[in-house]
Amino acid sequence: MLKKRIIPCLDIQDGRTVKGINFVGIRDAGDPIELAKQYVAHGADELVFLDITATVEKRKTLVELVTHIAEEINIPFTVGGGINSIEDVSAIIKAGADKVSVNSSAVKNPELITEIANEFGSQCVVVAIDTKFLDGEWIVFVHGGRTATPLKTLDWVQQVEALGAGEILLTSMNNDGTKAGFALDITEAVSKSVNIPVIASGGAGTKQHFKTLFETTQASAGLAASIFHYGEIPIPELKQYLKNENIAIRWT
Amino acid sequence: MIAIIKYNAGNIRSVQNALNRLGYDSIITDDKTKILNADKVIFPGVGEASSAMKYLKDKGLDDVIRSIEKPMLGICLGLQLMCDYSEEGDTECLGIFNTQVKKFPPKEKVPHIGWNSFAEVKGELFQHIQTESDMYYVHSYYAEKNEQTIAVCNYIKPFATAIQHNNFYATQFHPEKSADVGTQLLKNFLEL
Repeated sequence: MLKKRIIPCLDIQDGRTVKGINFVGIRDAGDPIELAKQYVAHGADELVFLDITATVEKRKTLVELVTHIAEEINIPFTVGGGINSIEDVSAIIKAGADKVSVNSSAVKNPELITEIANEFGSQCVVVAIDTKFLDGEWIVFVHGGRTATPLKTLDWVQQVEALGAGEILLTSMNNDGTKAGFALDITEAVSKSVNIPVIASGGAGTKQHFKTLFETTQASAGLAASIFHYGEIPIPELKQYLKNENIAIRWT
Repeated sequence: MIAIIKYNAGNIRSVQNALNRLGYDSIITDDKTKILNADKVIFPGVGEASSAMKYLKDKGLDDVIRSIEKPMLGICLGLQLMCDYSEEGDTECLGIFNTQVKKFPPKEKVPHIGWNSFAEVKGELFQHIQTESDMYYVHSYYAEKNEQTIAVCNYIKPFATAIQHNNFYATQFHPEKSADVGTQLLKNFLEL
């Protein structure tokens, strides 16, 4: 049986992890590789690295970092943040990332999705979508959630699937940071309207939130950042709980 | 020395990283002599079948692969290319395994992405691996079960997730991305 995936997301700035606590056994919580290895040991099913580095010259650091991550970890990982061109994608994939995620750049230039899919295969294109419920409708936002677009989320997801996306990473801005649970309605609506896997993000605050996500929607995975970084919910504990609740998860 | 066959498919770096972690020297090569002289050969790949087959034929690697006598492990697209035929791009493949590759019907999410279990395991490739373990998959096409199948995965329908014919082995999942369980399988292959 295909398992539901638990995916920690690490924010990276200038080659360092932005958030993060001192896990037991980690000397340097700002070292993305140490943190990543710890997550792998804890049973994370995949990792997402989101680069929030502002300047172009510092992005070279990212490619070096991706090379080191690929050397060290033995589960799949996605790299996103500021990927604007097929050249950016190529550098990251060749450094050893399994997938890239594109967000604002895909809205600006939807053909980029097709270009990546043709060059590297659909399986390596994750389209990240930040969405907000506004005036009775779910709307796509870009630029880290700062700018509204005219796109309706349910239209955009169908477009990105047709353009060649392999997965959708859906973040509800209404839920993100609230720790009040995932946005179940839009997650389910998106899952139903496309036939590619959907990763739900935003709002995870308790173990029950993951259970509810997997029981009430067809989401393939749940992604979270702070609850994992700050050790509020250790992944082994989350997986033990989900296993006891009869959710199909990978047991390590 | 382990030879990793170089062709127009992704994911080759990951395989070499996994071999490095296990302490094995490897070369990524499309050189016939180096491939045929290697102790083991790995035929990895994520990509599209017809363009990959065309590349292999143009480089004469199709005949090289068929003539390998040392143990060879195909991974993901590698497995599919070792079959007779793939629906992807209507492609005649290498014909090492007598089975066909078909596209998943869209009854569930396609691609099949994530961790899935396997059953009906045969042979030494799966030694020291618990059958309730999960391996990492990412694919939209699958090989139909045949008598050479040494493990079966069930997604939408049961399909051949590992196949063996003489010295030719292949897995649909990615052992190099399947955490410690995948590493064990690679180790089993390298110790054949």
